[in-house]
Amino acid sequence: MIRPDAELLLDINDLHASVEAQPILNGVNLQVRAGEIHAVMGRNGSGKSTLSKVLAGHPAYRVTGGSVRYRGSDLLELEPEERSRLGVFLGFQYPVEIPGVSNLEFLRVSSNARRQQQGLEELDTFDFDDHVRERLSVVQMDPAFLERSVNEGFSGGEKKRNEILQMALLNPVVSILDETDSGLDIDALRIVAGGVNQLATPENATLLITHYQRLLDEITPDYVHVMAAGRILRTGGRELALELEKTGYDWVDEEVASTGQGVA
Amino acid sequence: MVSTATDWLTRLPAPAGALEPIQRRGREALAQLGLPTRRQEDWRLTDLTRLQGLLTLPLAALDPASAEAASAQNVPGPPENGWRVVLDGHSDPLAGVTLPEGVSELSGSELEQALGHTLARCGSAHHWPVEFNHSLASQVLALRIRGSVPPLEVLVGAAEASLSPTRILLVVEEKAELEILEVFLADSGAAHSHLLEMHLGQEARVRHGVVAQGSGDSGLMAHLAVEQEPRSSYELITVSRGWALGRLEPQIVQVDGQASTVLKGLVLTADEQQFATHTTMRFEGEEGELDQLQKAVAAGRSHSIFNGAVNVPRAAQRTNAAQLSRNLLLSDRARIDTKPELEIVADDVRCAHGATVTQLQEEEMFYLRSRGISSARAAALLLRGYCQEVVDALPPLAQRWPVIDHLLEGLEQ
Ligand SMILES: Nc1ncnc2c1ncn2[C@@H]1O[C@H](COP(=O)(O)OP(=O)(O)OP(=O)(O)O)[C@@H](O)[C@H]1O
Ligand SMILES: [Mg+2]
Repeated sequence: MIRPDAELLLDINDLHASVEAQPILNGVNLQVRAGEIHAVMGRNGSGKSTLSKVLAGHPAYRVTGGSVRYRGSDLLELEPEERSRLGVFLGFQYPVEIPGVSNLEFLRVSSNARRQQQGLEELDTFDFDDHVRERLSVVQMDPAFLERSVNEGFSGGEKKRNEILQMALLNPVVSILDETDSGLDIDALRIVAGGVNQLATPENATLLITHYQRLLDEITPDYVHVMAAGRILRTGGRELALELEKTGYDWVDEEVASTGQGVA
Repeated sequence: MVSTATDWLTRLPAPAGALEPIQRRGREALAQLGLPTRRQEDWRLTDLTRLQGLLTLPLAALDPASAEAASAQNVPGPPENGWRVVLDGHSDPLAGVTLPEGVSELSGSELEQALGHTLARCGSAHHWPVEFNHSLASQVLALRIRGSVPPLEVLVGAAEASLSPTRILLVVEEKAELEILEVFLADSGAAHSHLLEMHLGQEARVRHGVVAQGSGDSGLMAHLAVEQEPRSSYELITVSRGWALGRLEPQIVQVDGQASTVLKGLVLTADEQQFATHTTMRFEGEEGELDQLQKAVAAGRSHSIFNGAVNVPRAAQRTNAAQLSRNLLLSDRARIDTKPELEIVADDVRCAHGATVTQLQEEEMFYLRSRGISSARAAALLLRGYCQEVVDALPPLAQRWPVIDHLLEGLEQ
């Protein structure tokens, strides 16, 4: 839902970032307002996950230029945990397995960190158990997954559902979902997309990183961006995704070549 | 400071009590062996100054301040579904204890026959920590186990600034089943010399847990000799932390193969602590199995050592053994030495081994932090997860002890 007067949640200006002295992001510009859903597409290796990790504060990525403001303040100077507590959520493309740490305990510690920030009462194990069971319905997840170690031995699709369960618990303001659709079977895709739609409100915003129109049939984006060589090359409405489906990315390569912004 | 073995031996009280002849022989052996030196492979990395420090401690006094009193606030009541024995090196461990059905004390001649048998079988004779215990221990808790008996908890305490020598002999008969948890506690400055012998008859099953919790300047020197007959199954889970100087020596022999052995160890060291685990697994017959996991976490300027010997002579065809040593360094100044020693002569065997030394994983840390969990809390969660694997394998009796919380005390911010 586009409302020009809605709060500007995320304001990315000319963002440059490197990993191990290798530039990956080469001037990303993106504005996200409350109520909006943005899709970010682009070839493998174009920098989509890097953008998401820089926004979440991964220590391996170094910001070398530009700025990111989140609800008016500098996002980049915050620790990853502070960003999360303030409502920035990253759904990982590859959720990490953590043997020996119970999923339930992890979800509880994590939710309480966010709740504390929001001035809400922290939940003890008992109350949290009720709360999480209620949220499981958002992604129709089997409660048995709560008893296991975080993501350990989860199938690809189960890991993605667990990510959206975390989103449902953390109640974020800006959610960046990195290929949440990949690895999901057809039914699971519908369930997860339904969950994301259910969590979308006029107060929050979602950035969907995806390769496929399939997801965008379920979650209608307000904007579609195409990334190439670490920049957003083109922005359009949902029809841009449909066009990409037909034409592929060849035109992107040409455009990148003609602007002289080669892939590093 | 005690600088020679003779020095120390001359200060000991005269041999006395039921184990007098053994004490005598032990002292003779020590006089010959002298103190360990760094030239000996087994002691190359040991802080020998601390070892000498142990020798300056007086023997546990004949005062009834027992193990329970020593660390009373941390000790849960005796297990409801099991029984407890308290060892302190001087009072009678069976005073006031009603032995459950299936358990009997070894009598004079039986004891004479059985004591030392497993040690000899395991090649433990003339081993320094063994002779050290021999020269000191004045009593032995010697039990025969028949059938399936209730779980046994052995509480081994050492009161402040003293050395307590304790010794156990367990004869687990054919087809018998035993769950035993040994809990070592020590006040600062206290030390244990512990020697355990266990014989598992055919088809016997033993789950053996060791929780060794030191504090301050405490020391631990424990030797566990275990002899397994065919089709027996032995599981040893050891969890140690908090020893200024620790040495744990499980020596297991499968005398005629076809037995199963599981060894899981976890050692946490911090500050300036040093802990060494020397395991020896020897297969003397065909189709034996070993599943071994050794984990260490080293913080501060501590030093953790693991030596895992596996012997597979020609007679031990179709042995299946796996040994894994996984280590976590929490500080740049901590040190971990891990060494598998595989001696394999038989040709038709499967022996896998591996060792890793890592730090907390950046991706795991980031994942937790990206969920609002502070880096200190994230590190603590990961550490807990790392330890849980071994702690969860302890026999059920251990659930009454706050093992994991004690383990991580001071390591979690
Ligand atoms: N930690 C890293 N170390 C080295 N190179 C990296 C690292 N992270 C990203 N890169 C490189 O940066 C480029 C962009 O990677 P990124 O993961 O952001 O791509 P992507 O657009 O998400 O691709 P995909 O669609 O395949 O997920 C790639 O060439 C990748 O190899
Ligand atoms: Mg990616």
